[in-house]
Amino acid sequence: MGAINGVGAAPLRKEDLRFLTGRGNYVADIKRPNMAFGVFLRSPHAHARLNGIDAKAALAAPGALAVLTGEDVAADGLGSLPCGWGIVGKDGQPMKEPPFPLMAQGKVRFVGDIVAFVIADTLDEARAAAELVEVDYEPLPAVVGVLDAIAPGAPQLFDEAPGNLCCDWALGDEAATEAAFAKAAHVAKLSLTNNRLIGNPMEPRAALAEYNPGTGHYTLHSTSQFPHVVRWLMSALVLKIPEQKVRVVAPDVGGGFGVKQFLYGEEAIITWAARKVGVPVKWVAERQEGFVSDRHGRDHVTEAELALDETGKFLGFRVHTLANMGGYLSTFGPNIPTNLYAPLLSGVYTTPAIYCNVKVVFTNTVPVDAYRGAGRPEATFLVERIVDVAAAEMGIDCVELRRRNMIPASAFPYQTPVLVEYDSGDPVACLDKAQENADVAGFAARKAASAANGKLRGLGYSTYVEACGLAPSRMAGRLGARGGLYESATVRVHPTGQITVLIGTHNHGQGHETTFAQIVSERLGVPFDSVDVVYGDTDRVQFGMGTYGSRSLVVGGSALNKASDKVIVKGKKIAAHLLEAGERDIEFEAGVFSVAGTDRRKTFAEIAGAAYVPHDYPLEVLEPGLEEQAYYDPVNFTYPGGAHICEVEIDPDTGVVKIERYTGVDDVGTVINPMIVEGQLHGGVVQGIGQALCEAAVYDVETGQLVSGSLMDYCMPRADTSPRMDVSTHSTPCAHTPLGVKGCGEVGTIGSPAAVMNAVVDALAHLGVTHVDMPATPNRIWRVIQNATLPRAAE
Amino acid sequence: MIAFDYHKPSRLAEAVALLAGAETRPLAGGMTLLPTIKNRLASPAALVDLSGLPGMTVIQEGAGVVTLGALARHADVAGSALVQARLPALARLAGSIGDPAVRHRGTIGGSLANNDPAADYPAAVLALGAVIVTDRREIAADDFFRGLFETALGPDEIVTAVRFPLPRRAAYAKLRSPASRYPLIGVFVAETAAGVRVAMTGAGHGVLRVAEFEQALAKSFAPEAVSGLRLSAAGFASDIHAEAAYRAHLASVMAARAVAEALA
Ligand SMILES: Cc1cc2nc3c(=O)[nH]c(=O)nc-3n(C[C@H](O)[C@H](O)[C@H](O)COP(=O)(O)OP(=O)(O)OC[C@H]3O[C@@H](n4cnc5c(N)ncnc54)[C@H](O)[C@@H]3O)c2cc1C
Repeated sequence: MGAINGVGAAPLRKEDLRFLTGRGNYVADIKRPNMAFGVFLRSPHAHARLNGIDAKAALAAPGALAVLTGEDVAADGLGSLPCGWGIVGKDGQPMKEPPFPLMAQGKVRFVGDIVAFVIADTLDEARAAAELVEVDYEPLPAVVGVLDAIAPGAPQLFDEAPGNLCCDWALGDEAATEAAFAKAAHVAKLSLTNNRLIGNPMEPRAALAEYNPGTGHYTLHSTSQFPHVVRWLMSALVLKIPEQKVRVVAPDVGGGFGVKQFLYGEEAIITWAARKVGVPVKWVAERQEGFVSDRHGRDHVTEAELALDETGKFLGFRVHTLANMGGYLSTFGPNIPTNLYAPLLSGVYTTPAIYCNVKVVFTNTVPVDAYRGAGRPEATFLVERIVDVAAAEMGIDCVELRRRNMIPASAFPYQTPVLVEYDSGDPVACLDKAQENADVAGFAARKAASAANGKLRGLGYSTYVEACGLAPSRMAGRLGARGGLYESATVRVHPTGQITVLIGTHNHGQGHETTFAQIVSERLGVPFDSVDVVYGDTDRVQFGMGTYGSRSLVVGGSALNKASDKVIVKGKKIAAHLLEAGERDIEFEAGVFSVAGTDRRKTFAEIAGAAYVPHDYPLEVLEPGLEEQAYYDPVNFTYPGGAHICEVEIDPDTGVVKIERYTGVDDVGTVINPMIVEGQLHGGVVQGIGQALCEAAVYDVETGQLVSGSLMDYCMPRADTSPRMDVSTHSTPCAHTPLGVKGCGEVGTIGSPAAVMNAVVDALAHLGVTHVDMPATPNRIWRVIQNATLPRAAE
Repeated sequence: MIAFDYHKPSRLAEAVALLAGAETRPLAGGMTLLPTIKNRLASPAALVDLSGLPGMTVIQEGAGVVTLGALARHADVAGSALVQARLPALARLAGSIGDPAVRHRGTIGGSLANNDPAADYPAAVLALGAVIVTDRREIAADDFFRGLFETALGPDEIVTAVRFPLPRRAAYAKLRSPASRYPLIGVFVAETAAGVRVAMTGAGHGVLRVAEFEQALAKSFAPEAVSGLRLSAAGFASDIHAEAAYRAHLASVMAARAVAEALA
């Protein structure tokens, strides 16, 4: 039997037995008879004309089966990679949308751009053959940074995008913001860059494709966060094969963080290639290959101004951002620095007027798209940094300034001037609790103790809100989405009363098999162990938009809740018949159907049995079987938020920043499994610390080479530099999701960079330091101290 | 991986003879060599595995000298009671290299033969004035290191052991590069019979002795003697992790920390 583990319980994760005992099933683990291996030949140039490819020697190499190039793609009439969002500029013009070919056509536009796909009997043979492919490149000048890319005379990526401008986009009331600045007592200004990041999930991307000439069916196993969307876009728009003839399976996936939520050229190429060579083909990315082909994240250059009155009340906020798109538009690319960025610029504050202009720019770099948080960390970092800058300039304590401008709990629902309406929240309570948990009162003594050791201690705040649970389809459609953002779930009750859930989201570290089972356990009053969750296979699961944007519980969980409701409704009909009562008199509670006010009852398993053995059953009015499906489209985004407080200690001799304490109080709405939520917060905060202290994708401005192209040069956060964290929740249930949940996958990454960097600046404030760009590497901190305006004697 | 022949000789002479073959390289812990081959940056025709040679893992003491066999692994050196007692700075250095997996495969001979400009061991070997023993000769540390990945070793020459004369006191301090965890700058200071010797790794052009520090410490073996000394940035490399001026600054900081530890 086993226990009911419902909302609020913390059972161990169902998926961990297989993961911790090495029984996971990842794409790289899957083998097929006669399987061949593919290697992608990638451009070593950031920008070059492609004058020709000579594959003769490669094709003659031992074991070589095929060398496919952009010419073959064109000859077969394949489509290019579609962009899922079509945004519109402030002049009403649609974004420039040059095609993103599966393999380079005529030109390569970033180091890592696919030039050929080489297939051989073994991986070593494929690698050796790939080395024999001769590519005639004519190098062109390259441009990697947004400021350089929009400068006159910059190398141009596309004829159809003059000035490398994809879109000049804006949100907010420019005139009202102008007016706010006109009456400001103080204007705080801040210029910053938001560093480019590379997601680096533990498992590199991989794919295995098969074609069955007997049925005309293709099967693609891929490391994807959204297999149905891969199937849809790839079959309909790229390969032009009927959707039902394609099965996409995303089995166990070792982390995604957004990197795996796009349709990649590799997926389409390998599926097409499997048919061409007549045997299954497998490809597993090398780590360094991932660095130059996994979509990157962030990469903004921003200038912002905050207008305040003499009491510190925010009057207006004006933002100009240049967002790097890389060499092509990826699946969500243009949506990230626009729709997922500007609507967050109100933060948790009552700023009445906001205007944000974003220039979306092409450069000779890996395409940029969503990475955990996606647009919202950039917005939060900007808002929370400029609040500190303003506080310092006006001589107001930064917490006091926040409090003066925070949206009070009583003001929810709160309509911001930038599109979104926050349904619920209590930023003040989160801040109060965080200050208490962080022992802010004891900070002065700790700072003095550090100073006695020659160290500089700082305290930093980030009080933030984000928008997730992507997304209300109608609103997304107005903003340029070309697809819907609902989710689906099926509750399949078996004759014994055991349950299989089929859900359209994808689990790659989040613990969905556990959380979703808890929802069903609670709603249907069945043991937690009786519920299995299936996802990630287009032949098993009806449809789904996948997992990203903290949407799985919010949207998928709501669909699951709705499908559970339908099971109860049908169960009541069956029970009414069996118990000879009116349907309205049937109550359902803790897995038992009963006639109100009597002891006549049927268990959930008895009802399931009756549905599948319908001897005594109202067949005239009710179908046998007990399986219900629901699609759920949210009415709004959800708005988790909270307060993060970071305490750092800096060694001024080396510039090393050490995080001494980290406290987070987050409002993620109703908590289903507190253990899983805590894990998500920990992981999210560590990724935010990574952005703040160590991660940076660095391109050489001359050559366009990715200098930080391996883990030797790209610094991921590690266990030994991650602090002990005190994370807790303060919940105001979401007003519009049936379970009250808001999502917790990204909050840690969104809230933390500003808390860390505000602490760093606080530690250096006595030297006259007002801003430090991320990442705060030892060298950068040392340099900031060297360049500081105030003498160190002021310490 | 590219195919290569594999030999595992049991006699030193045999190993040397095999190394005369075209594009043949000795293999110790493989921590550097194997990734190089996997990344197709090297494609040797044959590897000669040294692990079958006798006596190559010894750690022993005699007449004021500690001898480490060339195949002594970092973890063995770090954990050796003898090294901990007689050359604690070396034991600590060995225990700070890379990660546990690397320390349980990587060897001192491999590290020295490789002479990575950011490797740890070369700083100790040079500062302590150790002697590198090969199948055919003995090479003073001062003559062994020749800049980036270059040493005095002949193509078929095998390091068999390293002899460390015991210093009066010594210590090593480094700041790790955040990504690779190799030293950004590492400074090994030693008060030896031949005077104060200071060697620095991570500057960018290979391990080297720092005359400015040696002279200052010869006058006064105290942290203050070096903490204020600023080396010229011209001698340091710049890369995405550290600009030359920062490396130059770190050299003084690490030298002072090493001296403080040596005195502790
Ligand atoms: C992840 C990682 C992190 C690391 N971090 C550090 C670090 O922080 N600090 C540090 O100093 N090092 C570090 N290393 C390098 C490590 O110390 C290696 O073990 C060392 O550089 C090479 O030793 P090896 O025994 O593995 O040599 P191998 O890889 O087997 O050989 C290296 C080279 O030396 C030659 N060679 C080996 N033995 C001999 C010999 N006896 N005589 C002549 N030639 C020989 C080989 O032919 C080859 O050219 C790291 C390595 C890795 C993989």
